[in-house]
Amino acid sequence: MSIEVEEKISKLTEVQKRGNGLRTEHMVLNMGPQHPSTHGVLRLELELEGEIIKKVIPHIGYLHRCFEKHAEAMTYPQVVPYTDRMDYLGAMYNEFGYAVAVEKLLGIQVPERVDYIRVIMGELQRIASHLVALGTYGLDIGAFTPFLYCFRDREKILNLFEITCGARLLYNYIWVGGLSHDIHPDFVRLTKEFVTYFKPNIKELNDLLTNNKIFIDRTANVGVLPKETAINYGISGPNLRASGFKWDIRKDDTYSVYNKFDFDIPVGQGLMGTVGDCWDRYYLRVQEMEQSLRIIEQAIDQIPEGDVSSAIPKRIKPPVGQVYSRVENPRGELGYFIISNGGTSPFRVKVKGPSFVNLGIMDELSRGHMVADIIAILGSIDIVLGEVDR
Amino acid sequence: MGLLDKQFTNDSIVIAKVDDLLNWARLSSLWQVGFGLACCAIEMMATSASHYDFDRFGVIPRPSPRQSDVIIISGTVTLKMATRIKRLYEQMPDPKYVISMGSCSNSGGPYWEHGYHVLKGVDRIIPVDVYVPGCPPRPEALLEGLLKLQEKIRNHSSRKLINSEVKKSA
Amino acid sequence: MKTAQDIFNILKEKFGNSVLELVSTQPVEPFITVNPLVVNKICLFLRDNEELLFDNLMNLSGVDDANGKTVKAEDGTSKVEGATLSVYYHIESTSLKHKVVLKVSAPVEKPDVESVALIWRHADWHEREAYDLIGLNFLNHPDLRRILMPYDWEFGHPLRKDYKDPEFYLGMKVPY
Repeated sequence: MSIEVEEKISKLTEVQKRGNGLRTEHMVLNMGPQHPSTHGVLRLELELEGEIIKKVIPHIGYLHRCFEKHAEAMTYPQVVPYTDRMDYLGAMYNEFGYAVAVEKLLGIQVPERVDYIRVIMGELQRIASHLVALGTYGLDIGAFTPFLYCFRDREKILNLFEITCGARLLYNYIWVGGLSHDIHPDFVRLTKEFVTYFKPNIKELNDLLTNNKIFIDRTANVGVLPKETAINYGISGPNLRASGFKWDIRKDDTYSVYNKFDFDIPVGQGLMGTVGDCWDRYYLRVQEMEQSLRIIEQAIDQIPEGDVSSAIPKRIKPPVGQVYSRVENPRGELGYFIISNGGTSPFRVKVKGPSFVNLGIMDELSRGHMVADIIAILGSIDIVLGEVDR
Repeated sequence: MGLLDKQFTNDSIVIAKVDDLLNWARLSSLWQVGFGLACCAIEMMATSASHYDFDRFGVIPRPSPRQSDVIIISGTVTLKMATRIKRLYEQMPDPKYVISMGSCSNSGGPYWEHGYHVLKGVDRIIPVDVYVPGCPPRPEALLEGLLKLQEKIRNHSSRKLINSEVKKSA
Repeated sequence: MKTAQDIFNILKEKFGNSVLELVSTQPVEPFITVNPLVVNKICLFLRDNEELLFDNLMNLSGVDDANGKTVKAEDGTSKVEGATLSVYYHIESTSLKHKVVLKVSAPVEKPDVESVALIWRHADWHEREAYDLIGLNFLNHPDLRRILMPYDWEFGHPLRKDYKDPEFYLGMKVPY
């Protein structure tokens, strides 16, 4: 620094000096827990430099409903309704995962009819869940119409569930060892009708949203998630596959009767930008719906005859031990870790919810993006707060 | 006004009680805070989507509590969230109404006994006008709840309110 | 593809006394108990060894074992001794398709476990959750705070078996 400049600085007042030192501060912006785009009660603390995101700190727990404490206090069959309420968009699949885990611990085999019905219900639930994800994603980005279209189709699936077990959202249908009811006589016909009805609607959705120029501009090349980072962060489900990693528990660690069906595992290809960007994550869900329809079409024709409640144990009392069992829920790897001490209620149940894990990547993905991209990234991860907080 | 249009072409006058007019205006466009908590929020979304169409009762979700008349507490209220809900409620302008949707916000629902982090009923922190039972309530049940709230507003009398305030201050 | 026995042998050879035993009496899956203060080194070895390549932590769960024995002192008071808190690590290799379960136990008075959050970033939130709900203390964790319960919660760790609800929190009644 030259002497002239030093002289000048020494003449400045204290306030001017501070300005001369060019001290800048990051701005901290609070988003949520009441915010229409956070998909529930998530609070994000954003650290900004102008419009650029420097850091995202998610604060969760606003919907912590103590699932694990309840599981310790209830008997094994009583836990099923509580599993529904974790991921309330994929309730059927939560029950499915819990039933598979307890059956593994008990070492029982369920009748084949039960397995087929479970798979059909699970895949229908996957479509319903993805429809909500895609519809609300469009809503976040600013497209209202796809939301209405998706909810119209989702109602049709909920009607199928309703004739089966009487509930629209939380079912208590898949029990340990069986099902609460057999399917309705009309179920097979109605499901086939739904499949033929829904197939062209995927094309409609593609025309509306997927290939929409504005939508592509908002999502392509935004929030790129590389494969290695994804694995290290434990990301699973569509988010992992969109990063180009072919990993699906239905195929790689198969359960139930999934090995009897012929279906593909779509992976992200970076059609509109880079592999693993928001558009890839979005489009992967569209492709998954097509594959789910394929599974349903195969399964619905081969449902074997049998009794769905014959294998339900009168009293569930697993031997002392522990099991970790996982299934591919609409959002990713849903794992149940159950410890039994030989009693009628679990000693400890720990749930690995895919949303909980997937939300952890938020900071990594959004750093360096603009504030508006937060919405695009959060929507593309597709979290359900009930499962994040349990 | 639809059908009535043609009948009032020449500067006509309608006579009505002030209460009736105000109540009619209030109940016909109840704007709700666009705010979901848990599973019930999905049913609330389904209610405002294509099939059930909440809009026809004048219910439009608003992103800010300052523009809203009604808050639908749709789901489990946890201790961490409760203070936020109270603040949201306080930010709403009067007159404001609360619909408690689902067992959880009515009374704690399935979490009443072991829920160490669940507030057992939202009425412990804010006053509730209408309780909608169910876990979760069907969209029809929420519509019924809204109709009950409209009925309540329709029978509201501002004179009674003023009288009671005068009594309080006296 | 390696069995739990193979992995146990490899670990025993490498880490000696820090690897305690292989429990295979379980009905479904055997697990390996290790020392809580070297678990981070073992995990790093499991992740980076070319024969093992455990790149994916499936789950990390804290457990209150509730195995304390009540001991009566001479003056008539009784206290619980020997209780432990445990952590289970479910690890798998996505390329070699094998899995292993590790278990560590620490005394409840001083529940120190080395953190693996920097080995698998996934473990970060799971460890925070175990700290929050069970009360395990993870050493060298980048950001060990409560995660699900409110930050100002001062009534203990709710998933402990001996947890009791407080009467009030911020003026709100907690029990039904």
